[in-house]
Amino acid sequence: MRTEVAIPAGYKKVFGRPRALSDARSTYCPGCHHGIITRLVAEAIDELGILERTVGISPVGCAVFLDRFFNCDFVQAAHGRACAVATGIKRARPDLVVFTYQGDGDLAAIGTAETVHAANRGENITVIFVNNGIYGMTGGEMAPTTLPGQRTTTTPLGREPRLHGYPLKISEMLAQLEGPAYITRQAVFDYRHIVRAKQAILKAFRNQLEGKGFSLVEILSTCPTNWRMTPVEAGRWVAEHVVKVYPLGDLKDVG
Amino acid sequence: MPKGIVVVDKERCKGCGLCIEACPFGVLGFSSEYNSSGYRVVYMEHPDKCTGCAVCANVCPDVALEVYRQEPTKEAA
Amino acid sequence: MSRVLMRGNEAIAEAAIRSGLKCYFCYPITPQGELVEYMAKELPKRGGVFLQAESEVAAINMVYGAAAAGVRAMTSSSSPGISLKQEGISYIAMARLPCVIVNMMRGGPGLGNIAPAQGDYFQSTKGGGHGDYHLIVLAPSTVPEAAELVRLAFDLSDRYRVPAMILADGMIGQMMEPVELPEPVDPKDIPERPWAVTGAKGRPKNVITSFDLEPEGLKEMNLVLQETYREIERNEVRWEEVETEDAELLIVAYGTMGRIAKTVVRLARQEGIKVGLLRPITLWPFPYEPVRKLAERVRTVLTVELSAGQMWEDVRLAVEGRAETPFYGELGGVVPPPKRILEEVKKHAH
Repeated sequence: MRTEVAIPAGYKKVFGRPRALSDARSTYCPGCHHGIITRLVAEAIDELGILERTVGISPVGCAVFLDRFFNCDFVQAAHGRACAVATGIKRARPDLVVFTYQGDGDLAAIGTAETVHAANRGENITVIFVNNGIYGMTGGEMAPTTLPGQRTTTTPLGREPRLHGYPLKISEMLAQLEGPAYITRQAVFDYRHIVRAKQAILKAFRNQLEGKGFSLVEILSTCPTNWRMTPVEAGRWVAEHVVKVYPLGDLKDVG
Repeated sequence: MPKGIVVVDKERCKGCGLCIEACPFGVLGFSSEYNSSGYRVVYMEHPDKCTGCAVCANVCPDVALEVYRQEPTKEAA
Repeated sequence: MSRVLMRGNEAIAEAAIRSGLKCYFCYPITPQGELVEYMAKELPKRGGVFLQAESEVAAINMVYGAAAAGVRAMTSSSSPGISLKQEGISYIAMARLPCVIVNMMRGGPGLGNIAPAQGDYFQSTKGGGHGDYHLIVLAPSTVPEAAELVRLAFDLSDRYRVPAMILADGMIGQMMEPVELPEPVDPKDIPERPWAVTGAKGRPKNVITSFDLEPEGLKEMNLVLQETYREIERNEVRWEEVETEDAELLIVAYGTMGRIAKTVVRLARQEGIKVGLLRPITLWPFPYEPVRKLAERVRTVLTVELSAGQMWEDVRLAVEGRAETPFYGELGGVVPPPKRILEEVKKHAH
């Protein structure tokens, strides 16, 4: 398994596997940013010491196996319904830390109503929104957040706004509402952005612990497989093109 | 600069190359080894350049890397 | 014990609160509006959570979450709203979560109307949502019975980890009758839920799911459901018989139609016609055996429903040719008076 390396005296471990993460082998594609984001959530749970009272909600999408990767209680939601399921859990047991982890189809297509209304009610939950502008699990169909001109299996000639609409800015929409406490957009295509994304995720969980209300972290992600790019190329695509349509930064922060 | 060691979990590595790209010192490279899933695993190609900054481990989507860093000695402190 | 004059919708709500209901999620729809309103006023006063969701879809998924977190949870709706809930119900069934779903049936299909009907029998007993699952379906015929069956619904649902449905209609929901309400349940009597997601402290993690990518694994999950259903079929069939000992014609009817049929039996007997009634109380599990036994003695088994004939199929399955199995139905929310049914009885009684 591990490279057999004898660590000499005088060295300390500065990076290891988070306690919140199980030993299960990752099912994500090589280079998929899901892996980074999943790990950041686990690191945040570790740092806040909340593993034993956290309940995660897995979506339908590439992260459908999310319950395998964490060492906490989990509930599998129907496609798009995670925010309603989270509402049910949090209203029944406000003492638990409840988070959803959803892709762009789950959160912003089929789940739009559940997402908007949970945000509008200011449900005291944490939402991790992984936006890679495509439906990965089902083989690469258009998502609400697909860029104009982007080729997908359902837009083989490229997304045409006239026919397929424009990329949906769900986070901008949610930021207009009174209910949410924190809406932010981050990315993980390089180390600096990973560090910032982690701080955003920590804040989104801390908000729940402090009862501040609905906190959503959108994270621009890649899909090397369905974008037909190498992982490195895909990361660059986000850095150079996606951020122009989906600018990074805090869209709402009550403090 | 402190020295660092990157330990690769060969079975978790998927040969995606993000760590190789991210490393500021060009420490990592693809080895000639394939793991049981058929992925080409990374290794420390230039171990003496490693400072234990852990940027590689931070970008690894598979948590396949562990990083160790030399502690500062009394003289250096 | 005091008796209170209550509307059906309100009696159901009060009975649920007295059963230790913790979370109620809903969406307004006629003819169960009063159930929603009663819950909004009363449930928070008695330590529960009331939330009007943005749709029936959201409501059933909130029930899924609350039930997963280990509390008694409930939703109510009417036919079109129950259609919306089918996805959520399928998930709840496979995840083996206890909960109570109330359907106050109305005229359908489509938008239909708000009059009483029994067009959702198939939907309730033969699936409704996708996959091989069943709900425990309880069909009250009066307001007091509705209150009683709500308590039973929560208890059976917890015991077997199977969602339970109260299948009533707009008539029962709207009418007012004196009800003797049950004593509030002792929280200690509510079964423990070691499988719930309550935070994995000092125990392995719990995962509530309806998903297994491996066919052998999914098969195992299905076998657990099937074994549970067989056990329920053995133990929980409920029905009522009226004047069946010497009957030559048997009426089979449930809910509001069952209540009307009781009057029909009385009127028929006054005219010397030997009519009896079997009123199923559990529509699932259906009383196949009791119907079959009576079919061996009577000439005719007449099914009467406020539909085009849905329970009729289960009656025919039970009778299996042992007697004639005519049908009388009303559509569109039309509710027939007893005299209309009596005419039908006379047509078939020799």
